[in-house]
Amino acid sequence: MKNPLESGTRQTARPLPPTRTKHVLTALLILLLLWGSAVQTEVSFKELIEGFPNMLDLLREMFPPRWTYFDNIVDGMLETIRMALVGTTIGAIIAIPVALLCAGNLMPHRWVYYPARFLLNLVRTLPDLLLAALFVAVFGLGPVPGILALAVFSVGLIAKLTYETLETIDQGPLEAMTAVGANAIQRIVFGVVPQISAAFMSYVLYTFEINVRAAAILGLVGAGGIGLFYEATLGFLEYDKTAVIILFTLAIVLFIDFASTKLREKLL
Amino acid sequence: MTTKNGDHLIQKPRKNPLRWPIIIALALVYIWAFSGVPFTGFKETAGQIMKSIMAGIFSPDWGYVYLPEGEDLLRGLLDTLAISILGTVISAVLCIPFAFWSARNMSKYRPISGSGKIMLSFIRTFPEIIMAILFIKAVGPGSFAGVLALGLHSIGMLGKLFADDIENIDFGPSEALLASGATRMQQLWFAVLPQVLPGFLNYTLYRFEINVRSATILGVIGAGGIGTPLIFALSTRSWPRVGIILLGIVVMITVIDLISGYVRKKLV
Repeated sequence: MKNPLESGTRQTARPLPPTRTKHVLTALLILLLLWGSAVQTEVSFKELIEGFPNMLDLLREMFPPRWTYFDNIVDGMLETIRMALVGTTIGAIIAIPVALLCAGNLMPHRWVYYPARFLLNLVRTLPDLLLAALFVAVFGLGPVPGILALAVFSVGLIAKLTYETLETIDQGPLEAMTAVGANAIQRIVFGVVPQISAAFMSYVLYTFEINVRAAAILGLVGAGGIGLFYEATLGFLEYDKTAVIILFTLAIVLFIDFASTKLREKLL
Repeated sequence: MTTKNGDHLIQKPRKNPLRWPIIIALALVYIWAFSGVPFTGFKETAGQIMKSIMAGIFSPDWGYVYLPEGEDLLRGLLDTLAISILGTVISAVLCIPFAFWSARNMSKYRPISGSGKIMLSFIRTFPEIIMAILFIKAVGPGSFAGVLALGLHSIGMLGKLFADDIENIDFGPSEALLASGATRMQQLWFAVLPQVLPGFLNYTLYRFEINVRSATILGVIGAGGIGTPLIFALSTRSWPRVGIILLGIVVMITVIDLISGYVRKKLV
């Protein structure tokens, strides 16, 4: 009788170690990319080392922060939060029909959801600050262009996350409702909404966190909020005031992140 | 609950007693938020400007794509790309020690990993635009400041994701190697690294996608990339040029997302 083990080893040859050429080529490609990028952006460590004391000077001028400036920026901070809240809400409301249009399992044909997804991807390519700069050009200075920019940005993010969740819902309830003669609206209200409302709320909160951070810098392009004060204080080289703005923003952002994370944990 | 004839009734889920207070609080917050937004007082010219922007976007200034003497669209986009590549690589390298510092299973005492986590979330909440302003003070305006800002800011997110990955590794292979007499370095190289590498690369590519978007706006404050000519075109109201720059950004980001998405799918 033949040894089964022996015949086994004869049939399956020992696996060859993976070749190194691919790794070497990948590494070379990455190094080439890095070198090209360094040339393009004029990286110079000499400049960094020479400029480093300047940065330390700047940090030194920031401390101690001038706390009395705090009273001037509370209104700006409230406006920032307001912008984030209104922008996120408008975005979330618009995102609902958009997400439904993009969901492959709810729309009848790919001629509906492929173009919808394509448009959504296009919207998502533009960063919020860039949108704000555009809207400032159209509507003039103030919080309204900032709100619109945040709303557009929120639609992109919330609709994408929501439609991906929509595609994973359980089809059972929908089929049961079709069987008892429900129409499309009834199917969505009683079959789809209960399955995704918690996830949707969680995405809205997550987007709100991102929008608070974004709203804090939109003022740099004139779109309202606390960002306006960066321009003012940096322009007059009052770095101790800038430090107050930075610290205040950090505190608010950390607090909102914390509250929102706790809420999201409760939701899911 | 059972009725007289023995049918089982499903109890309705009890309603949250805090429902009304929460709804009222939310309503108050929204009234505060919306009442503070000056929705009136748009520029009367908004409609007109919108029309000319649309006209500009649909008849882009193709001549700007390539200018022999420089400062054109292609060079701006290349600059943006180079900034994001370098920024991502710098942060991917720098965040590794932070990730091991804040991974819970790598240190015996909780305060050590806890302090690492706080450090990372501090870096994360510090907006990259503000970092770029600081670096401009150090190395002067230009792409290099943008590279440094992105490199430092991305540590926050990458470090957190890497740390989460490290916390999820399986210690079996490590112990097996230790039992057969491997050194600490060999354990890291042959047992830990193979487990975390695909995740690391995946997150790095994901962060790269985000960084390309960020790099397009760094130019707003003079940190290099396509943002500078965009802001210039917006302020001089040359809409066809705004159109071609927006088109260039959308195309570049879409292509990068496609490539990066393909590579990430192959990795996981």
